[in-house]
Amino acid sequence: MRLLALFAAAWLGLAMPALAAEPSEMLKDPALEKRAHALGKDLRCLVCQSESIEDSNADLARDLRIIVRERISAGDSDDQVMKFVVDRYGDYVLLNPPFKATTLVLWVGPFVLFVVGLAVVWRVYGRRAARAATIAPAPLSADEKRRLDALLKDGAGK
Amino acid sequence: MRRLVYLLPVAVFGVLALFFVRGLTLNPRDIPSVLIDKPVPEMNLAPLPGRPADSGLATADLKGRVSMVNIFGSWCIACVQEHPVLNWIKGQGIVSIHGIDWRDDPAEGAKWLRRNGDPYERVGADPPPGRTAVDFGVTGAPETFIVDKQGVIRYKHIGPVTPEAWEKILLPIIRELEQK
Repeated sequence: MRLLALFAAAWLGLAMPALAAEPSEMLKDPALEKRAHALGKDLRCLVCQSESIEDSNADLARDLRIIVRERISAGDSDDQVMKFVVDRYGDYVLLNPPFKATTLVLWVGPFVLFVVGLAVVWRVYGRRAARAATIAPAPLSADEKRRLDALLKDGAGK
Repeated sequence: MRRLVYLLPVAVFGVLALFFVRGLTLNPRDIPSVLIDKPVPEMNLAPLPGRPADSGLATADLKGRVSMVNIFGSWCIACVQEHPVLNWIKGQGIVSIHGIDWRDDPAEGAKWLRRNGDPYERVGADPPPGRTAVDFGVTGAPETFIVDKQGVIRYKHIGPVTPEAWEKILLPIIRELEQK
């Protein structure tokens, strides 16, 4: 059992740093490398489109990894590095799109739809409940009353 | 009037369908360039071996007349397909074409041009990590930029320049920029 756990841990350890960044690209300073990696995670690989540049083996992703690290080594702040890339490739390069006029629908849309859905449910059920409350059942006729009494008595007897 | 509510799902479906039809027919590789109407990036690229020593490509070379900047590389397969068209355009003498040998060994790029013909007035070498190509927002080769007389990028063509693209898109833009 302990062996199994050890294997599992080893497996996880192997699986965790599944990065395309090659050791030769990495910055010597771990703090800077960590920043570069975090930034790269948010940058789209433009030729693979659904991967970040940190995860991709594409040549262009590699170039961008190197250039991001160059900027960081040159003393750029995180914002400056991101601006550098966005100035060249547009917001499209950001995997986390910024909140602005053109992306408003993207960010707000789901919440608007949710609220609309809630409103619809509210109205439909509200009306049903209101209708149920206003329509009072008709009083029983003498015949029905007798049958009800008989049934109740019958049930109690058993 | 009440009945119209029942048409709502149909309407919603219609709107969604429109979005999907549009989204599914868009080419995900057509990434709009943010560099349109921006000045050509600062660059000073070395010439390829075997070409004249002053035939590298610098920002100042792109001022004074309308020109095309073509991103290519000896490794680029679509460039082989495109190249005869560029050679033919050069023969027309309408516009000067400059090249950027992207992510390439300059010696290989020079060899490739000897083999496939050299339509370029100037060629700059941009070996990995292709800093100038990144400054141009290049995502793949071939790509072709049209630069106006002031050295401002006016158009970006993604993929090979075909005779149709030249006839219908590039040439009209070049003619219009020539007038200004």
